[in-house]
Amino acid sequence: MTWRDPGLYDYLPYDEKRPRITWPNGARVAFWVAPNIEFYEIDPPRNPSRGAWAKPHPDVVGYSYRDYGNRAGFWRMLEAFDRCGMRGSVSLNVAMCEHHPEVIEACAQRGWEFYSHGTYNTRYMFGMTEEQEREVIRDSIDTIRKHTGQRLDGWLAPALTYTERTLDLVADMGLTYVCDLFHDDQPSPVKTRTGTLVSIPYSLEMNDVIAYNVNLVSPRAYGDIIKRQFDRLYEEGEHSGTVMCIPLHPYLVGWPYRMKAFEDALRHVTGHDKVWLATGREIAQHFISHHMADFARASHKVGAAP
Amino acid sequence: MTGIPPEYLQYRARKYGMDHDRYDWSILPRRKKVEWPGGARVALWVMPALEWFPIDMKGKPFKPPGAMQTSYPDLRHYTLRDYGNRVGIWRMMRSFDRMGIRVTAAMNAAVATRYPALLEACVARGWEIVANGQDMDHLHYEGLPVEDERKQVATTLEVFRRVPGLKVRGWLSPAKSQSKATLDLVAASGIEYCCDWVNDDMPYAMRTAHGPLVAMPHPIDIDDHTILIQNHHSDDEFRDQLCDQFDCLYEESATQGGRVMAISLHPWITGQPYRIGALEQALRHMLSRKGVWSATGAEIMDAWKAQQ
Repeated sequence: MTWRDPGLYDYLPYDEKRPRITWPNGARVAFWVAPNIEFYEIDPPRNPSRGAWAKPHPDVVGYSYRDYGNRAGFWRMLEAFDRCGMRGSVSLNVAMCEHHPEVIEACAQRGWEFYSHGTYNTRYMFGMTEEQEREVIRDSIDTIRKHTGQRLDGWLAPALTYTERTLDLVADMGLTYVCDLFHDDQPSPVKTRTGTLVSIPYSLEMNDVIAYNVNLVSPRAYGDIIKRQFDRLYEEGEHSGTVMCIPLHPYLVGWPYRMKAFEDALRHVTGHDKVWLATGREIAQHFISHHMADFARASHKVGAAP
Repeated sequence: MTGIPPEYLQYRARKYGMDHDRYDWSILPRRKKVEWPGGARVALWVMPALEWFPIDMKGKPFKPPGAMQTSYPDLRHYTLRDYGNRVGIWRMMRSFDRMGIRVTAAMNAAVATRYPALLEACVARGWEIVANGQDMDHLHYEGLPVEDERKQVATTLEVFRRVPGLKVRGWLSPAKSQSKATLDLVAASGIEYCCDWVNDDMPYAMRTAHGPLVAMPHPIDIDDHTILIQNHHSDDEFRDQLCDQFDCLYEESATQGGRVMAISLHPWITGQPYRIGALEQALRHMLSRKGVWSATGAEIMDAWKAQQ
C-alpha cells in the first residue's frame, strides 16, 4: 500500500486563530540561511531509482559545475556572510568532513551549525531498508560529532530522496527538525512513530537551485525575490512570528556575477531591527519549547478524500 | 521495491581530496597570488565558438546545445547556426578590431576546411585558434571506441596543423563532452590546455597519461547561449551579468591576485545586429578600467605557468 497523503501533519489554517509565535527579543522574522555544502561523486554506484548523472561517465560539465562550489564559490559566499554578520546552518553531505575538511573548519570557526544532508549528494535513500536508512543516519550523527563536536539535530534528505519511514527514523534517532516539508511559512509539528520532530520552513521558492536552474531568473531578479519575500514576512511577523530561510548552493550563488545582488539582498534582511538571525537548531528549539504543544492542539484532523 | 545492494553504503573514495586523480583539491583564495604582465588585475579572455552543425546530425550520445531540433531537414536551425560563421562573426570581428581586443576562437575543424576565408581572417588578426573538435556531431564520450576517438582528435588537429604559422595549443571538446580518455588523447597530441571543466575561476594543473595539462577557466555561465537562449534573459540583462562578473573579479583581484574574465560567445547569437551592442557596452565597461589585459588563452596560460 502506498501513501495517498503522507499523513505527516494535521491541517492548521494560516488565519487569525492560529496560535501566535513570539520570537526572542520581539523579533518578527526568524531568518536563517542554509548553504548546502555538497560532494557529488564522479562515478557513484547506481541507485535503481535514480542515476547520478545525465551524461555517461565522466559527466565533465555536471561534475565540475558542482565542484566549483567547494573550490571557489563557497569562499566567496563565506566573505559575504562575514560582511553581513550572518551565520550559516550548513546542510552537509557529511563525507565533506573527509574530502574537504578546510571547508568544515571555516564554518566551525564561525560558530555555524551543521545538520545532515546525507552522506553524498549522489547516494539516494530511495528503496533502502530500515536498517540501511538507520546506517546512513547513524553515519551522519557520528561523522558530524567526530569532526565538529556538534550534536546532529536537523535533516534534509540527500538530493531530497526518501522512503516512507525516513522522518520516523530521524525522529527515532534523536533528531529534532526536518527541512523536507514545504507546506508552511511557520514551523509545525511532524507526526512520527516516536520522538519529537518539527518541520522548519526551508523554502524551495528561495532556493538558488530553483531560482537559477528551474525558474532561470537573473541574479538581480533573485535579489529582488529575496527582498520581497522578506518584506512580506516581516510585515506579517508583526502579528505572529514567521520564518524565512534562504537555501543556497555555493556552486550557484558563489559565482562572481551573482554575488553582489545576493549580498545586497542579504544586507537588506540583516539590516532590519526586528529580525532574529538564527540557525535551524535555534528556531527548532525555541518552537519546541514554546509553541509546539499549542500548534498540535490547534490543528484539525484531516478529513477523508471522497 | 527494488533492493539496494550493500555496496551502495560503502564509500571507497571517502578520503581527503577528490574522488579521482585528474586534479588535486585546491582552494581558490588560498593559492599563491598570480601576477599578470604589466601588473594587470584581470586577464580578459574573449572566446567566440565557430561551430558547424551538420543538418543530418545524429546527436550521439546527446544533442549538443545548438543542435538541429525539427525533423530532417531542419533548414531553419541549420541556416541560423551557419549565420554565425557567415555574418555574425564578421560583425563581431569589426567590434573586436575597433576595441583592440585579442581573441581566441574555438573552431571546429569543419569550419576551417569549409570556410578557409574565415580561418584566414582569424589568423591574420593574430587570433588564437583553440581546436573545438571535428564538428558538432562528433562528440567525445565514453562508449565511443578509443580508436575512433583518437582518429577524431587526429583529424581535427591535422586540419589546423596544415596552416602555416598556426600553432594550436588549446582544446575545447564539442559541448565540453569527454570520454575517460579524452584528456590523455589530446595531451598525447601536444595539446597544452583544455577548456572543458568548469570548476574554477583560474587555470589549474590536471594530470594525464601523457603528462600535465592545464585546465583553463571557460565557464558555461558567462555564455550567451546560457543567458540569452537557455535562460531567456534580455540583451541588457546579458550585458549586466557580464559587467557584474567583471566587477566582482576586478574587486577580488585587489586582495587575491590576478583573475581571468572569460567570456564564451556564439556568433549566431551575439552576432545579431540587435544584440551586439549589449556585448560592446559590456566590453567597453571592462576596458575602461585600469589594469585589464586583453589576452589569448595561450598567453594567459603561459603567464600563469611561469609562476607555478
